[in-house]
Amino acid sequence: MFPDLRGDFPILTRTVRNGRPLVYLDSGATSQRPLAVLEAESAFVREHNGAVARGAHLLAEEATEAFETARADVARLVGAPAEEIVWTSGATAALNLVANGMLQASLGAGGAAAEGFHVGPGDRIVVTELEHHANLIPWQQLAARTGAELAWIPVDDAGVLVLDDLASVITPATKVVAFSHASNVTGVVTDVAPIVARAREVGALTVLDGCQSVPHIPVSVSDLGVDFMAFSGHKMLGPTGVGALWGRKALLDALPPSMFGGGAIAVVTMETTTWLEAPTRFEPGTQPVAQAVGMGAAARYLMDLGMENVARHEARLAQILREGALSVPGVRLIGPVGDPDRFDVLGLAAVAVEGVHAHDVGQVLDDRGITARVGHHCAQPLHRRLGLTGSTRASAHVYTTEDDARAFVEALAGVREFFGATL
Amino acid sequence: MSLEAMYQQVIMDHAREGHGRGLIDLTAAGRGESHQVNPTCGDEVTMRVGVDGDTVAAIAWEGHGCSISQASISVLTELIEGESLDTADATVEAFRALMQSKGEHLDEEREDLLGDATAFVGVGKYPARIKCALLGWMAFRDALIQARGSAEGATA
Repeated sequence: MFPDLRGDFPILTRTVRNGRPLVYLDSGATSQRPLAVLEAESAFVREHNGAVARGAHLLAEEATEAFETARADVARLVGAPAEEIVWTSGATAALNLVANGMLQASLGAGGAAAEGFHVGPGDRIVVTELEHHANLIPWQQLAARTGAELAWIPVDDAGVLVLDDLASVITPATKVVAFSHASNVTGVVTDVAPIVARAREVGALTVLDGCQSVPHIPVSVSDLGVDFMAFSGHKMLGPTGVGALWGRKALLDALPPSMFGGGAIAVVTMETTTWLEAPTRFEPGTQPVAQAVGMGAAARYLMDLGMENVARHEARLAQILREGALSVPGVRLIGPVGDPDRFDVLGLAAVAVEGVHAHDVGQVLDDRGITARVGHHCAQPLHRRLGLTGSTRASAHVYTTEDDARAFVEALAGVREFFGATL
Repeated sequence: MSLEAMYQQVIMDHAREGHGRGLIDLTAAGRGESHQVNPTCGDEVTMRVGVDGDTVAAIAWEGHGCSISQASISVLTELIEGESLDTADATVEAFRALMQSKGEHLDEEREDLLGDATAFVGVGKYPARIKCALLGWMAFRDALIQARGSAEGATA
């Protein structure tokens, strides 16, 4: 039996519109933070704040220790060594770091060691049709700036990736394949293995967007076999303003940095700079240390719960949300119902209500204290492919209860009733 | 504030009726067209405005969006088509003021100008929805500027 964790999350006790209790179902956009995270951040700032890796005083030592411990905790969550975790301002920055690094390499930075990152005319960059804009635009722009061709793995009419013709998309000219581990719209967990296998066959790098998977299901980068993975703090019960890039050490050491400043360097002259090894070479300037400490605490909180348990809890919520949505007349579930026992869908449901715009659906839910996301969820191409401009998404996390999920389904049933009489 | 207060019957009616819907070719002396998008939801409208002399002679539009955005465009069309340019400007300004009023009613003079559009007063309490209500008004303002310019060009 998964514990009721609501007591750990102070915000969940507040009321919202009309004095109603908060039913928080927007964790896919941003998650709430437990006391363990809030207190870790606060304790760091109150007791240990100092300049990390600069200076020889006690506070600098303690701050550095806290910063590096957090890195090790976040690394442990995804089954990686700490030295392969780069702090970033978020997953968007992490994905841009890889794409921009490849651009820098293509311009000649990093020398022969960075040749594996070169892209140019005749090369191919592969994404998928369901990507969040954060894992589409960096690659689209890398292609536009280098003359490489952008191609994508398509989705079917249900919004599910079509993986049976990978060889025609991931061609021998492909240099990098960037794809989501789980869709923030359909909730479907990607079958990573065939994509990685094909990418390896043609010598392409693989970049995984783990924003929606790392907070919700067991993720081990060594099992997945990808080369890079981005994820964010605020979707995994941690703070905003911090995220991480995991990458294989040899690749991180060869990837040219694209943001420059203090702290990341070995020797600087007026004309030249040499960089430190990864991950430090990608962390110029003062880092969001308290936030990193908070993200480390969030990783520990999740590991204490056990990611298998978290996944099982959310699979049950997925079932209530998805089967419940399907049972409401006039409601279209985006993506398949899935088989929660196989953890092949996340605890979320994005729906389109026939004849009612997503904004109007969201307004009715909001009136009942239910926070859902409305719009295209930063996945315009996917919505366009499915003939939609937007949808309404309920997304769960560890603190979500079965009653929360049922409240969403019940409110959905009331939506068409509210608008049906007059629209 | 209840949901019913936001979705007043007059708004629901306009959302259904969609006055001026259909992107017909305009014959007025001055013509302008504007395409506006709400980037957070993908809602969009294309609006054509025709100006003859001192009058907003015609408004035609096509678009898709939530009931608030669609109703707002419909109300705008009904209110402003056939009115003088000065009245059009004053109505646009009054509607913007209504959206910034945080749900409070305006003075009588401006509310008279707004007619059915005063029903949108409740939208001002929901910051996330104000841009829905303003989508068509932004398109109108932009298209009207072009229509005036082209009318002046035609008479010069």
